[in-house]
Amino acid sequence: MSSIERPVTKPRPVYLNLVRIRLPLPGIVSILHRISGALLFLVGLPLLLAAVQSSLASPESFAALRATASSPVAKIILIGLTWAYVHHFCAGLRYLLLDIHQFIELKPARQSSVVVLACSLVLTLIIAVRVW
Amino acid sequence: MVKRVVVGAHYGLKDWLAQRLTAAAMAVYTLLWLAIAGYHVGVDYDLWQALFANGAFRVATLLFGLALFWHAWIGMRDIWMDYVKPTALRLTLEMLTVVVLLGYAGWLIDILWGAR
Repeated sequence: MSSIERPVTKPRPVYLNLVRIRLPLPGIVSILHRISGALLFLVGLPLLLAAVQSSLASPESFAALRATASSPVAKIILIGLTWAYVHHFCAGLRYLLLDIHQFIELKPARQSSVVVLACSLVLTLIIAVRVW
Repeated sequence: MVKRVVVGAHYGLKDWLAQRLTAAAMAVYTLLWLAIAGYHVGVDYDLWQALFANGAFRVATLLFGLALFWHAWIGMRDIWMDYVKPTALRLTLEMLTVVVLLGYAGWLIDILWGAR
């Protein structure tokens, strides 16, 4: 019986302090994908259903919803949720491309991360300007 | 002797695929919305009502909703699995998620086909 030789490894520093971990760009896209998804579930979904319901109930509730949505606070929330949807969409497309082995090398993965971050911000801006 | 390695419940691949297929369905519906929004510059109540009175649009919206709820279930379950270690709490949150999503499905059907 021979024992398995273990390679000698140096003790490595373990940083589990979230403030000290510096995420690489694909990591930032990944965590934002998760955060945006959770936001859409927790905030976006109930708001969307309630909004669609009151928009269809009567002409009065349609007008009331429109008035509520045009307040500054509502606009900020809506822009935030728009960003969450657009980012989740763009990052999701990137994952579909990664699934079929596109942009999987380090450099293309970084570049596609920048494209996702930039596209979602620009698209959010375009939608925000167009809607208001 | 057949050597088998048990690696889990095998729901992973099915969920992975479901997450992508539901995402594709939602993307198509999103493009439909962009087309509608691009076609109509402003929207008033009559136009809005007419859009949701269209049977095909209602079915498309229901399919979008069901894809969304299924997609959200997989995503939220992944989040609970990753961050909530105590089993009792995690199962409670997962059950709440299922109940809420089933409730949303009922709510959506009521919005689309209920009495106005």
